[in-house]
Order: sequence, then C-alpha cells, then structure tokens
Amino acid sequence: MQRLAAAIRAQAPAQVLDVVPALGGLALHFDPAFDGSVLDAANAIVEAASKKRLPDLGDLGREVEVPVCYDDEFGPDLDEVAKKAGLAKKDIPSLHSSAEYRVLMIGFAPGHAYMGGLDARLAVPRRASPRASVPAGSVAIANLQAVVYPYAISGGWSVIGRTPLTVFDAGRSRPSLFSPGDRVRFVAIDRRQFQEISEKQ
Amino acid sequence: MTISVLRPGLLTTVQDHGRHGFQHLGVIPGGAMDPVSLSLANALVGNTADAAALEITILGPELVFAEDTLVALCGAEFHGALPRHRPVLVPAGGKLSIGRAQRGARAYLAVAGGISVEPALGSRSTYLPGRFGGYQGRALRRGDVLTLREDASMLSRQRFARLARKKGSSVQWRSPSPTLPEHEPVLVHAMPAQDYESFDSASQRAFFDSVWKIAPESNRMGFRFTGPSLARPQGDEILSGPTCLGSVQVPPSGAPIALMADHQTTGGYPRIAEIASADVPRLAQLAPGGTVHFARCTLETSVELRLDARRRLDAVLQGIAWELRG
Repeated sequence: MQRLAAAIRAQAPAQVLDVVPALGGLALHFDPAFDGSVLDAANAIVEAASKKRLPDLGDLGREVEVPVCYDDEFGPDLDEVAKKAGLAKKDIPSLHSSAEYRVLMIGFAPGHAYMGGLDARLAVPRRASPRASVPAGSVAIANLQAVVYPYAISGGWSVIGRTPLTVFDAGRSRPSLFSPGDRVRFVAIDRRQFQEISEKQ
Repeated sequence: MTISVLRPGLLTTVQDHGRHGFQHLGVIPGGAMDPVSLSLANALVGNTADAAALEITILGPELVFAEDTLVALCGAEFHGALPRHRPVLVPAGGKLSIGRAQRGARAYLAVAGGISVEPALGSRSTYLPGRFGGYQGRALRRGDVLTLREDASMLSRQRFARLARKKGSSVQWRSPSPTLPEHEPVLVHAMPAQDYESFDSASQRAFFDSVWKIAPESNRMGFRFTGPSLARPQGDEILSGPTCLGSVQVPPSGAPIALMADHQTTGGYPRIAEIASADVPRLAQLAPGGTVHFARCTLETSVELRLDARRRLDAVLQGIAWELRG
C-alpha cells in the first residue's frame, strides 16, 4: 500500500488532489471539477504506477527519531501494561525503544500516526474504557502498533511515555512530524532532557 | 476595515473551499458545508472563488460594519436577515442582525474582498477539531473583530456602482441557492459502498426504504441518523480505511453516520453507502430533526449528477458576473 501510494504520488496526476494510504485501502481523492470518468482515470493511474517497479520499502519515507520520557508521570499505564504483558515494568522502555517502526497510516486527527512494528511481547489490547483526554505528545501502544497523540484528545490506547516534540503544527513548513511510510525510532530520555527539548519547541 | 461581532450566533466560522493535498497527514479538506451557496455569495460581491466568507449555522450572529461594505447572504433562509441571494451595500456603522434559520441550516455571508485571515495550509477555513485556520482556529465569539482588506470599502462602492438594475442599497434581481430543501424528506442519491454486502438483507433494504431523521448530536464532522438499526451478520472488525466526504459509516450501535466536511480522513467502521457528491451540499442544509430518504444510484448516475450540478452552477455564476460587468 505504502509503495503504491509513493509511486502514485511520484506520478503526481493533475486531477488527483490527495493520495491517502491506510491500513485497509488506498484512496485517490479527485478534484471535484474533474469531468472525466473517475473510475477509468483511477485505473489508468494505478496501472501506470504498477507498470514500473514499485519503490522498495527500504527507500520509502524518512527516518524519524522520537525522544520519549518513560517516567511514571508521563506513562500512567506502565504498571497495567507490565501486568497484562507479564513483564517487569523496567523492561517496557527498552522493548519499546529497541524496535524500528513504520508509519502505516495517519488518521483520526492531523498528524496522528499509526505505526507498526511493536515488539509482540508488548502487544496488549486497547483499554476497556478510553480516557476522555490524553495529553499531547503521549506515546501509547495497543495490539502491534504504537501512536503518538498530536493533541490532547480522547484515546483508548495504553500510555507509556511522552515526547517533548510538537507532533503537528499547521504553521510549520513541515506540519506533520510523521508522514506515511516513515521509519520511526523511539529514544529514551530523562526528565531533564525532556525539559530541554520542550523549551526549544 | 473591520466587522465587529456583537453576538456570535450558534456556530459562525470563517470558511472557504478548504485545503487539499494534506489528507495523507490526517488533515481533511474541510471548508464550507454547502460550497454551492458559498460560491454564489462570493460571486454576488464580485469575489474570486477562493475568498473566505462566514458560515452561519441555525442561529445567526449580530455584526457591525465599520465602513461601507458590499455583502451577500446565500443559502438558508434566516429570520430578520437582509435580503438574500443578492448584493447589498451595508453603510458604515450598519448593523446586521441575523436571527434563527427558517428553512435550511447554513448560510454564507460574503463581503467584497473576502475575510482577511492568515491562510493555514493553503486555506482560510476554520478546522475546529484541529483548532487551526480561520479566526484563531475557532468559532466567532462576542467581541471578536474581523479584518477585511484595507481597500474593502472602496472595492465595495466600486463594485456596487458597477451593478446593473439597482434599487436602493441592493438590486432588483436575485440568484437563489439550489441547495435549499423544497420539501422533506430530502431525496439524497447514494450508492452501495464497499461493505454494503456484509449487511443483512433487511438492513440493505431498510437503508434505502426508510426515512432517516438527523439526530441532535450531528455537526460539521458528521450527521448521525435515527431510524431502523442496521446489522451485519458477521460483526467482524474491519481494517481502518480511507474515508470520503459523504461516506455513510455504521458503528456497532447500528445507527448510520454520514461523514461531512470536517470528518476524519480514515475510519474503521463498515461503510454501507457513499452519498453522491452532488447531493452532499443539500444534505448539509438540513438541521437536526430534518429528514432524508436515500435513493439508490450507480457511480455513473452520481458522476452525471455532479457534472450537471457543476454546469448549472457555472451558468449561474456567469450570469452574476454579467450583472457585475459595469
């Protein structure tokens, strides 16, 4: 999906305004003013993209490093995850930050990236009752995925840490920290580093 | 050149035709719920299509204009408002009080030169869930002061002077919005979506046979409907997929939700139908309590409806440009 999306994006078909890869499909959003057959046009675009070799997964996206502070205050669900996963609490940060993740899709909110690649030992189901508000920058896990909350929004994933980075800012030249296809690494930081990076944002 | 807000109304926001090219980052195009009425309002004051206007919802605002301002109000019929669907020159110090919607739910107030707010990601539309765009990323409040172009008052007088067939501070002709419901239930064309077959046959029939009522918890993100409960025999979860303006999702509660301008870019609920894009602006003109009937159509019909609506709007916009030729 990511490879096809990248190939279509490289083609930059004039009548397509948005190319949106997601877990369960790929959307091409056409310009409402386009007066041809959308179905024929979509077929032609996908065919042209698949004729050439699709870009390798390894060449897709950028590498994004996300500093995370796994302090208790930032990770209210650390104890619960440890219990559910049958792990020692102190092992969670290292298991979480030793994997390489891939941004599979951005959805739910601007910049809200769903990342695959979570260590299976950390795979816990979504929490039974979602929190009404999870602070911006919260790093959370569920099933085999990880997310970083761009805003304070409601969420049912287990929060294990927080990044001081601003995940989404409409006024920035690159508004979203993550793009589909990006490779992501989480790096453990302490409170002092969290403070320092926060102040620079 | 300013407009001061004495009373904000229920939900008054700055909107244009939205921001494109950012859906892969989770940012929806957004923009006017009824883009047809927005286009008419902009055309009537001589604006280009990309100018920003105020979207007024169900209960209108009270506004004061600092200087002579050419305005046009298009879309829903509001109590006590100025004559709709035509250019009106509001004099310096003039007050405009817009009451409650009588027919339709949303109107667009365009001003000559447009509302001057800083574009965010290429658009002046207010994106409420993301708190950016428009006026400080939020709906208007009492005491807000909207800035217009510096030359807006000169522009207003020039454009008003060029108008044909004038009468007082307005004109003798009007250009009505085609999106206002004539009678209910409003007929909305929709085609079966990718998960349609996974619903049981009673639900498939019920979707197209029922009259659906718009629930109170409907907003710019989505319209929720009350009616028969829709069921899938295998209630298996589906992978989150990209969504589209007008997608009709059915969460486990069985009550369908139509995705409107500020919907999320992806969704994990099964989709029973996709509303024809030509009919989304007409759906947007319904308030909670309004009723809808979905008429089954094909993709080909949906394309025809869209092109036909586009051609008719273009003809009307050309007619308005002719009246403004001076």
